[in-house]
Amino acid sequence: MAERKPIEGITKERTEKLIEETLACMPEKAQKKRAPHLGPNDPSSSVCAVKSNRKVVPGVMSQRGCAYAGAKGVVWGPIRDMVHVSHGPVGCGVYSWGTRRNLMQGINGVTSFALDFTSDFQERDIVYGGDAKLEKLLDEANELFPLAKGFSVLSECPVGLIGDDINAVTKKKEAEYDKLVVPCNCEGFRGVSQSLGHHISNDSIRDHIIGRYEFAEEAGPYDVALIGDYNIGGDVWAAKPILEEIGLNVKSVWTGDGEVEKIAATHTVKLNLIHCYRSMNYMCKVMEEKWGIPWLEYNFFGPTKIEESLRAIGELFDDTIKANVEKVIAKYKPIMQAVLDEYKPRLEGKTAMLFVGGLRHRHTVGAYEDLGIEITGSGYEFAHQDDYDRTQPEMAKDTIIYDDVSEFELEKFVEEFKPDLIGSGIKEKYVFQKSGIPFRQMHSWDYSGPYHGYEGFEVFARDIDMAINSPTWKLVKSPF
Amino acid sequence: MSETALKKVTEYTPEEVEKVSNWINTEDYKEKNFAREALVINPAHACQPLGAQMVATSFEGSLPFVHGSQGCASYFRSTFSRHYREPAAATCDAMTEDGAVFGGQNNLFEGLENAYTLYKPKMMPVYTTCMPEVIGDDLTAFIKNAKQKGHIPEDLPVPYANTPSFNGTHIHGYDAMLKSILAYLTKGQKIEGKCTGKLNLIPGFDGNVGNIREYKRILDLFEIPYTVLADSSDVFDSGCDGHYELYSGGTKLEDAAESINGKATISMQKFSSVTTMKWIDENFSGVNEVMPMPFGVAKTDAFILKLSELFDKPVPEALKKERALAVDAMTDAHQYLHGKKFAVYGDPDYVIGIISFLLEMGARPWHVVISRGTKKVKKEIEAVLETSMYGEGCTVHVNKDLWHMRSLLMTDPVEGMIGDTHGKFAARDAKIPLFRIGFPIIDRVNLHRNPVVGYQGAITMLTMIANKFLDIKDETCEDQWFEMMR
Repeated sequence: MAERKPIEGITKERTEKLIEETLACMPEKAQKKRAPHLGPNDPSSSVCAVKSNRKVVPGVMSQRGCAYAGAKGVVWGPIRDMVHVSHGPVGCGVYSWGTRRNLMQGINGVTSFALDFTSDFQERDIVYGGDAKLEKLLDEANELFPLAKGFSVLSECPVGLIGDDINAVTKKKEAEYDKLVVPCNCEGFRGVSQSLGHHISNDSIRDHIIGRYEFAEEAGPYDVALIGDYNIGGDVWAAKPILEEIGLNVKSVWTGDGEVEKIAATHTVKLNLIHCYRSMNYMCKVMEEKWGIPWLEYNFFGPTKIEESLRAIGELFDDTIKANVEKVIAKYKPIMQAVLDEYKPRLEGKTAMLFVGGLRHRHTVGAYEDLGIEITGSGYEFAHQDDYDRTQPEMAKDTIIYDDVSEFELEKFVEEFKPDLIGSGIKEKYVFQKSGIPFRQMHSWDYSGPYHGYEGFEVFARDIDMAINSPTWKLVKSPF
Repeated sequence: MSETALKKVTEYTPEEVEKVSNWINTEDYKEKNFAREALVINPAHACQPLGAQMVATSFEGSLPFVHGSQGCASYFRSTFSRHYREPAAATCDAMTEDGAVFGGQNNLFEGLENAYTLYKPKMMPVYTTCMPEVIGDDLTAFIKNAKQKGHIPEDLPVPYANTPSFNGTHIHGYDAMLKSILAYLTKGQKIEGKCTGKLNLIPGFDGNVGNIREYKRILDLFEIPYTVLADSSDVFDSGCDGHYELYSGGTKLEDAAESINGKATISMQKFSSVTTMKWIDENFSGVNEVMPMPFGVAKTDAFILKLSELFDKPVPEALKKERALAVDAMTDAHQYLHGKKFAVYGDPDYVIGIISFLLEMGARPWHVVISRGTKKVKKEIEAVLETSMYGEGCTVHVNKDLWHMRSLLMTDPVEGMIGDTHGKFAARDAKIPLFRIGFPIIDRVNLHRNPVVGYQGAITMLTMIANKFLDIKDETCEDQWFEMMR
């Protein structure tokens, strides 16, 4: 990949000085801990110097969530035909109910379950343990939701601290119901971020789900699975049709609008296509080792990356698929050009800074660049070294990289680089909008979407233009 | 399930799906649903530390500090930001596995020091998540040690509250934190014989900043000097002028300290201030009153009369006029609400207020759900229902959730539902409108800015409800019934 051209005004000295000045505001111990997580980008190096996946520094106001959030919100919540039990006190389930926008089909409460199921722990459950309650509530759920294809039990903090054995309960209930009943020990205090919740959930799928079902129909040469698309704002519904248009047969989706039996039968597909590498690479690697299924990362943000990805996918199949890929690219080219013609003139030369979860930044750079927007800073809440290594080449030299950035740091960095747009989360949004800086929530697509695929790019371009060029920003400065 | 045999992926037939779709709307399902003992589905309450954070953030220069897991802090912040569409700063000490083993003292030390250095707060109220509550962290000692070891200055106010999520709800966390902050700030401030002449007004856990501003406006009209304990209005509703202020608004610490010498204290929410008011009774100089939230005319009257009585001031002309305007609006529009049945859910004080307003309009509260509460809450709600013939037939369900509510709506239909955003699924299934009054409202804009208390609030609610019914009529009636006037 060709290195990006440097961004005017961005130099190593300026970025390093900014980091130095920001660190200088912190107590010494915090400086030492935070320094490795900040740095100027070096696209020429294969290993990113910025460190990641370490503990949050207490008190700095990190934006991170917890393992439970990664398990419930990211991996399990989107599986539509299971009852997901937030096992522990009431809060976790309430806060994560409907707040991620993993849309799903089906009839709510009948065939799909976008509800908040919780054991609502009370003091007595802490004292006497919650296993008996868990057994009982699973029985109740099984009776009231007979079409649920399975149950997941997601542990909250107290469960692991009081020594409950949810695994024994789920094992017993699975035998009783003859349905999947899956434990997930994703207590919020485990690990350093949401990321461990993804990993633990992947392990639960490995140990309790995958390989236990098979598709009713014969396997075919074009059978693939779509991994790590959570259908935020309908992303799956914009991505899946493209894969089908090039002739592939999408047998299961992990886990956006997902169906658990199909997930359990995914070991029979020919190829795993992975979008969110951070949260699902574990299972791709398991399926590769155990069943020899190859996997490929793809990126459906923006026409440039979509085309690259489609061609890379095509390379793994026969000439029919390859020809289809070219047909699809040709079909959408004029449609995408029309989008660019409309929006690019208004966005060319603008800059943006990003801070999202574990993948989206490196995946969306291309979409911003398609619109003529340069990225001057970026970082992740919960990414690992391999994510940063993959990010480095996507960024211009000496742009600033910040891992697990605190509110304090991000404010400083934004103040210096004065981007035209910030793409980050709900906790950051209003801080920067008060400062008069356009902002889009990039976890939830700011209640819009889809952003994946060709259909998604039209929405993305419209939204970015709307954010940056809204006439409301002109009113911020008062004449008196 | 056998470990070896692979099962086939199955699809349900349309008949199977239809059968269950119909079944979940039946009396039979309702019976089974109400027989639940362990499983809670779609609760209408959150956990203690969320309420604690609302108080902790509502003092000037105050930075809420969560002792426990970091995910909790992010959930609280996100919840407030989604509801108010405002920043919701709070920090935490990010306890992890080693904290579970060794306790969270070191995390607290480091967290307090970093937060103090970076964000320069005037106060850092600490409250807990379930993790330190389960392992039994001793916050008294920890905070004392943090000061002794110089992590934070000795004179930095660091009140704390134990707010275990496995006990009570967000309103109890609000109560615990408020009591703790007041006890801390008023310590040694009581001067015998001194009276500031001021009213202390406790709004309670109220996600409507317009309500708090409405209280203040009424007090201004009375020319009664006051301190709101604790004032979230400018914290969670600040302007956009190109500069972000981390600390916007909030009750001044010196005003809070002096509140102990006030003339009177009124709590506007009984159930979210039980321990605080008990403590105030024992410690504050002035007279103390717990009022019902002033929803509707009668309860606003009671509030106004109480102010008049406590401060020996006549009711301002402006308020007399406002009352008449509200009554005018209510008599003019009574026909659109009279006899209509409503389902109501939420926090006890809100629910009591909403019911009072509905009864005044001749509307019929029909299903009431409090998803965590005591027999006392139930009794109090029933007492309000008994004051009016329009309360007859209404059933109060305590410790039932919004999935129970769905069964109620499907088997015994009503015309409207009142509560926070979480009721929207049940309302949609029942094909009735949801009037969003409560917390959180995360799917509509600006409702948290319009007061629902006071005479103005009565007009606001009436307008919202009546016009929605009229919209529905216009949108759904057959052509021959579509008319110019309504």
